[in-house]
This record gives sequence, structure tokens and C-alpha cells, in this order.
Amino acid sequence: MNEPVGLSWDYDGWIVLAGMLCAVAASLPGNFLLLRRMSLLGDAISHAILPGLAVAFFVSESRSSLPMFLGAVIVGILTALFTEWIRNFGDVDEGASMGVVFTTLFAIGLVMIVQAADHVDLDPGCVLYGAIEATPYDLIKVAELEIPRVVIVLGIVTVINLLFVLLFFKELKLSAFDPALATSIGFSSRLMHYLLMVIVAVTAVASFETAGNILVVAMFVVPPATAFLLTKRLGMMIFCSTIIAVLSAVCGHLSAVLVPHVFGFRSTSTSGMMALCAGALFFVASLVSPRNGVIVRVVRRQKLALRILSEDLIALLYRMDERARDCTVSVQKLSSILLARPWLAAWLMNGHVRTGHVIPSETGFRLTDAGRHLGSVLVRSHRLWEQYLVSEGGVAVDRIHGQAEKLEHFTNRELRDRLDEVTAAPSTDPHGRRIPSERTN
Amino acid sequence: MIVWLILLSVFASGVQSVPSIPGSAAVDFRFQISDFKSLPSSLAIAESLTNRSISWPEWGQWKRVLLLQDYNTRVVMTGTGLLGLAAGLVGSFTLLRRRALMGDALSHATLPGVGLAFLLAPFLGLDGKSLPVLLTGAALSGILGVLAILYIRNLTRLKEDAALGIVLSVFFGAGIAILTIVQQVPSGHAAGLESFIYGKTASMIASDARLIAIAGSLAVVMIALMYKELTLLCFDEGFAASRGYPVLFLDLLLMALVVIVTIIGLQAVGLVLMIALLVIPAAAARFWTHDLKRMMLISSGIGGVGGLAGSAMSAVFPNLPSGAMIVIVCSSLFFFSMLFGRSRGVLVRIARRWELNRKVDRQHLLRGMYELLEARDAAPGPAEIGVPLSELLAMRTWSSFRLLRQIERCRRQGLLGRKADGGLSLTVAGLAEASRLAHEHRLWELYLITQADVAPGRVDQAADAIEHVLEPELIAQLEQLLAQQLTSRGVVASPHPLESSAGLRTAGLQGVSGNISQPPFLKGRMP
Repeated sequence: MNEPVGLSWDYDGWIVLAGMLCAVAASLPGNFLLLRRMSLLGDAISHAILPGLAVAFFVSESRSSLPMFLGAVIVGILTALFTEWIRNFGDVDEGASMGVVFTTLFAIGLVMIVQAADHVDLDPGCVLYGAIEATPYDLIKVAELEIPRVVIVLGIVTVINLLFVLLFFKELKLSAFDPALATSIGFSSRLMHYLLMVIVAVTAVASFETAGNILVVAMFVVPPATAFLLTKRLGMMIFCSTIIAVLSAVCGHLSAVLVPHVFGFRSTSTSGMMALCAGALFFVASLVSPRNGVIVRVVRRQKLALRILSEDLIALLYRMDERARDCTVSVQKLSSILLARPWLAAWLMNGHVRTGHVIPSETGFRLTDAGRHLGSVLVRSHRLWEQYLVSEGGVAVDRIHGQAEKLEHFTNRELRDRLDEVTAAPSTDPHGRRIPSERTN
Repeated sequence: MIVWLILLSVFASGVQSVPSIPGSAAVDFRFQISDFKSLPSSLAIAESLTNRSISWPEWGQWKRVLLLQDYNTRVVMTGTGLLGLAAGLVGSFTLLRRRALMGDALSHATLPGVGLAFLLAPFLGLDGKSLPVLLTGAALSGILGVLAILYIRNLTRLKEDAALGIVLSVFFGAGIAILTIVQQVPSGHAAGLESFIYGKTASMIASDARLIAIAGSLAVVMIALMYKELTLLCFDEGFAASRGYPVLFLDLLLMALVVIVTIIGLQAVGLVLMIALLVIPAAAARFWTHDLKRMMLISSGIGGVGGLAGSAMSAVFPNLPSGAMIVIVCSSLFFFSMLFGRSRGVLVRIARRWELNRKVDRQHLLRGMYELLEARDAAPGPAEIGVPLSELLAMRTWSSFRLLRQIERCRRQGLLGRKADGGLSLTVAGLAEASRLAHEHRLWELYLITQADVAPGRVDQAADAIEHVLEPELIAQLEQLLAQQLTSRGVVASPHPLESSAGLRTAGLQGVSGNISQPPFLKGRMP
């Protein structure tokens, strides 16, 4: 029952291009919205422009034209203004004032449209989900080439946004991070704020009419948020966000055409799938982002835990070795003292055998010279810290062990020397045990 | 009931003007675009615009709605009223948690669940069109949305707003993709899943209203049981965590409440307008009170009135969508509250600022009088010496209008008198008040010099800012603290040269100002 899936450059190419342009145009100003913690403004504006569209429609009696665009942009800017006005004037939380403004405007728009429904054909559904799938059917001839109108409109918006970001990069950056400093240096961060609002409104409306509001709302937030997880530099973040926007547009259209076929349906909404793909990319980034990815952090923590356990094993062997020179200890005993899982301890001890820190025998393990050196370093750090905590930190003797146990793993030669210096080179720790001397390799 | 009727008619007449907005705006626009249009078509526009008026309904129709004679009206008004109550209640907490738009994100997040429930129900042997199945799907994907918000907020560097934005847009995109597929299912077109986006208040049936009542009561019971914990969560999350309250669980609970209210509201008012019911009543209630319990009461009251009045209006007038009308009623109440709210309303705050300004001006005037008199006579008595207006005017940057108004006010209160030569003098009461103010000002200056090591040249302005809000207990404490520096005169001497006396010094009053400029206790400290 599955008909073969056909993808053609003429048809799908234009759709993907339109999606890409829309995604890039939205994600460029989206970066600054994210930094200013105004990510939801795109959503608010795209709902609130309904009355603007309705008024412009009543005036011009046509569905696609400049008046509608202007009406929507004006109401979009008004949304931002009203939000700020209510926030300042009424002392209301930002989110709440945004919620009040855009739902009220949306309701007014809905009433106007329903009132007009007898006379005109203006369907809120149509207004809200402009169909990106219809891109290739609305062509305009430009210099021998037939280019879809949507692509031209979105191309212009993308160029405007790109120029805006490039020309005002410094100003935008400063007013996003430190508005007070920006104002004191001499350019108005308020002006930048309103310019950004205008750009957001223009982008929202242009994309809205052509590609639908789901796509533009998602692209305002998701690619910049993804890029934010991947890098800490603003320039890099903007670059990453455009790449992610392009990627999610391509993947979105492909999956919109291909995925439903698997279940025996025809293709589904491209803009919906583009939003979903952007979400999927975000999820992947949140898991594996090199700095803060969830999986990356889990792996890092596990590696640290293993390192600490393996060092603890050597330090324990060293302490036993202190009491009885060249003693042999079984893994069972070591793991039961350290409260570690025996198989894990055995695995780590095998690692120590390979690096030559311990020598295995039938009854267990015994330290080599290299292992004894490593152990002495750890135990020296531990006992120096104990001495330091008592003499300089004034911590009670019965409470120092736990802290020193943590600190010993993060103490290098330099720090040990300083501890030694500060505590006046003690020979024993507060428990009366000998502090091993620093060995030179 | 009577109050409710009055409210209803007030809002009915108030909202009557709303549909005229496009008309009036359109007139302006028409002239602007007339270049592009030929005259006949713009005439046609004008006609189509004037046609769009609302016919005022007959009294009979009013009566039918207001006396709840229609079964349908009864059901719809009960349902929307209860929905407004529940949403207002839950909204209070989300507003205080600074997460007002959480309802926005979560209501969008329910959409894919609705579509999936419809698609998958046949495989489980259920009817995909039945409301419980769809709402279960909505609840499940709403919970998934909650988890996604918590994941983004707690495990990445992103902030709240980004979390809400991502969940909103991605889930909504998924929902639209799924609904597009639903359209291709033979029975899908008729399922009316779109009504979840825009709402279908008018077609509400008794079982829907019952569902709203049950879910609403569930939310009320949960809030009543967890009131203390939720309050703590909203006001001081860190403190709650330090006292051992399960903050994450409480957060989840609050979001679950939002999901419950949102799901029952989806059917009634639709996705977008549900957000309004969660945000607007609570934001409006915040203007009236600082007390959480009272705020919850007012908020659910506003939500309930909005639901009732909005649906009543859409029943009375033809062609008004009830969901939108509910929102418009609520936001009218919001703007009313914003202006007239008793504790944080705009007018109240303006009045408070005026009051404070007036008090500050009065204190400046009286203290200025005292300082000028003191410059003439070390221990001024009442009504002895007159001070010309020009000297007072030169003391600080106040306009003569402001000063004269303040003088007039003080004269009416019997604090100031006028000498025959036109100069101003203090009455007995005025002198007592003025010396108290000068005393307090100088006490604070002394405190800054002796206890806070501020240079004497800088204490005057610092004390100027604080003197108006010193409490009597604080004055007593200061007097105790500075006991050894106080003179027997009642008013402590100024620890720095007075600007006015600096002007007078040239006029031959050096003896007086010399004493003031160097109080004895400072001699050891000055370099």
C-alpha cells in the first residue's frame, strides 16, 4: 500500500530552502532573546498579532499584501511595548505581563475574526499555520528565474537580520550582558532593546505568513538554546545556532516526508517536524555537550570516582605496608575496608598490576617500589592536610579524617610543599602517625 | 447575586465597545492606503465595516440567559465559572513562583498526547473519540512536558524561560505533525481535535461540566492539604530545601496541578485562552492584597466572574466566541485592578508617593526654618524673628511654587506664622516640631561621624536621605548611644558648618556660626 516516496529538487528543494531561511532568520535574533531571558517573546508576538492581521485584512480586503504585514508588525511591536509598560507601570512580573498582553490581544483578534466570518474568509487556522508546503506553487519571475515568493521574502528578512547582528554585534552583546554599562558608555541599551523587538516582530510576521508560526516560535528558542549548551562565546554561539537551524530544517522536511510512510500515512506537517527535529537536536546536545552535557558529566563523575577508589586502594595498601613491611593483602579484605564492590576493586587492582604498582601473588597483592611511592604521596597529602586542619583551621581532631580523605586526591606537589611550610614541616600528624617525607624521582 | 448581576451588565456594556475598535482603527488606515485603492472598493470596505455591528439583544434574551432558563446556558456557565475558580486558585501559586507562563508551555505540551491517544486508542480496543481517552493522552504528554521542563532547568545551564520556550515550541510542533496525520485517518477529520486548540465552549455538555467540577475540587483539595508547603516553595525555595521539604516533589505537584487545570480547560476555552485564565486572574489579584490566602480568594473570584460573564455574554450576543469573551472580561478586570488595586494598584502607589513627597517637603521646610533662626540666635524662641522667603528658597533646590504651597499648608496647620515685614516665623507648635526634626537630623549626622567614620563634610546629604524615615525607637537608641555628646538644650548642635550660616558669617554673625562649626567633641578627632 506504500507508494514510493519521491523527493525532487524542484519541489522539496524550495521547501527546504524556505525552511532554512526561516530558521536562520529567527535564530539570529533568538540568540539575544535567550541571553535577555525573553525567549517567550517570540511566542507572545506570534499570538498577539492576530488583531493586527484582522484590522489590516478588513482594511485591505486581501490576504497577502503589505497592509497585512504592516498591521501585524505594528501590533507585534505594541505587544513588546505593552508588556514592558505593564511590567514597569503596574510592577508585574515579566512573564505575567507578557501573558496578560498576548492572550488579551489574541482574544480581541479572535473576536474580530469571528465577527467578520460572515463577510470574509479569514480562518484563524490559516493565519496561525501558514503552509510551508505550498511554497513551490507561488512563484515570482526574477531575472529569468522562477523563484517562490516565500523564498524571496524570507531571504530578504534573513539578510536584514544578518546585517543587524553583524552591524550591531558589539552593542547587542554589551546591552544583553550589561545594560547599565552599555548606557554609561554612551549608547542606549533601550534603543537596542526596541530595535531587537522590531526585528523580532518583522521576522515573526514574515515567517508567520509564509512558513507558519510553529516553525518561527521554535526557531527563536531552540537553536540558540542548543548553541548555548555547546559554547561559551557569543560569536560562536550565533554561528552554531544558524548551523543547527539549517540542520533541523533539512532533517525536518526529510522526516516529514519519510517518517509517516513507515506507518502507512502520507507526509505530515513540515514545519511541525522541523520544530520536532530542532527539539531532538537540542536533546542530543544537552546529553553530549562537551562542557556540560548530562552524559558527559555522568562519565566524568564516574571516571573521578574510579580514580579516587583506585588511589584509595594504593593508600590503604601503603598503610598496611607501614605496619608490616611487604605484607600481602587480598582484594576481599581491601574492598571490605573501603566498602567498595569486590569486582570493581579487583578490576582496579589488575590495573595497578599492569602499571607496576603492585605484584600479585596467590593470597593477594603486595606493593612494589613504584606503588610504595604513589602510596606515600597520597598518605603524605592526607596527613599534611590533617595537620593543617588542626593547627591552622582549628578543626577538632576527631573530624579531620573525613576532610583529609577528600582533599588528598586533589593535592599536587606544590600544594603539599606549601602545606608543609605552613604547618612548619611536622614529622607526625595529629593522630601521632609518621608523615612520609617527599621523595624525589 | 445582585452584585453579580450589576457586574455582568457593567461588563456587557463595557465590552460592547470592543467590536468598534476595528471600525475606528480602520477609518484611519483607509486614508493611508487610499492611494492603492480605487474609490468604489474603499466605499465597499466602509460598508462592510459598518455592517459588522452587534445588534443589541432583546430583553427576552437577556432574561433567558441571566435567569439561566436554557439548559445549555446553565451547563456552560457552570463549567466556565468553575474552571475560572480553579484556574485562578492554581494561577496564584504559579504567579508567585514567577512562572506565570508555565501554563503556556504545559498547555501546548498536551497537544501531541491528544493526537497520539486518538491514533493509538483503536489498538488498545478503545474509542479514540471518547473524551477520557483523549484527556488521558493529554495528561500523559503534559507530564512529559513537566519532566522536560525540570530536565532543562535542573540539568543544563539554561534558564526557566528557555525551558518553557523549548518545551512549548517542540511539543506544539510535534502535536501539529501528529494532528496532520490524524487528518488522514478516515474518522480523523470528524474527531474535532482542533477544538483543543481553540476551544468549543458552546458545545459543552453536562458531563464536561461535571468533569471540570471533579478536577477543580481535586485541585482545591490538593492545595488545601499542601498549602503550607506550596507557600514555602513559592516564597523561599532555598529555605524550604534547607528545612528538608522535598522541593522537587512540590515543584512536580504544582506543575501537576497546572496540568490538571489545563486539561479540563482545553476542551472548554482552548489552548491559548487557557493560559489567560491561569495568568490574568492571579496577576489582577496581586494588586489587591499582600496576603496569599486573600489573593487566592480574589484570584479565583476574578476567574469565576470572568468565566460566568464571558460565557453569558457570548450567549446573549450572537457571534461572540465565549473563550475570547472570557479572556476579555478577565483582562478588563485586570486593568481595573491595575489602576484601582488597594495594595499595589497604580493610583494607590502614586498617592503614596505624593504623600511621602509632601511629608519630606514639610520636614525640609521646618528644619530649614530652624537652621536659619538658629543662625540668628543660638536658642531661638517662637515667633520672635522673621525669616525672609528668599533665604529659604536659597537653602535647597525647590521651586518657589513648591515652597509657597508647602508654607501655606504649614500655616494652615498652625506651624508657621507671618511677621509684619513679610518674614516667616515659627509658632510654638512649629518650633517644637522643627527642633525635633533638626535634632533627629543631627543625631543621625553625629552617628555617622562617630560610629561610621564618615567625613563631617559628607554627612549632611547622607542624613538628608534617611531622616524622613527614622522611627521613634531608633531615635531613642541614637540618643542613648550618643548620650555624652548631647547638650542640655534639647537640640543637639550641628556637627558641621551650616551652608546658610556660611552665608551669614559675612554679615557679621561669626560668633554664632563659629560655635556651631566646631562642636567640642570633634576637636580631638579633626586633623
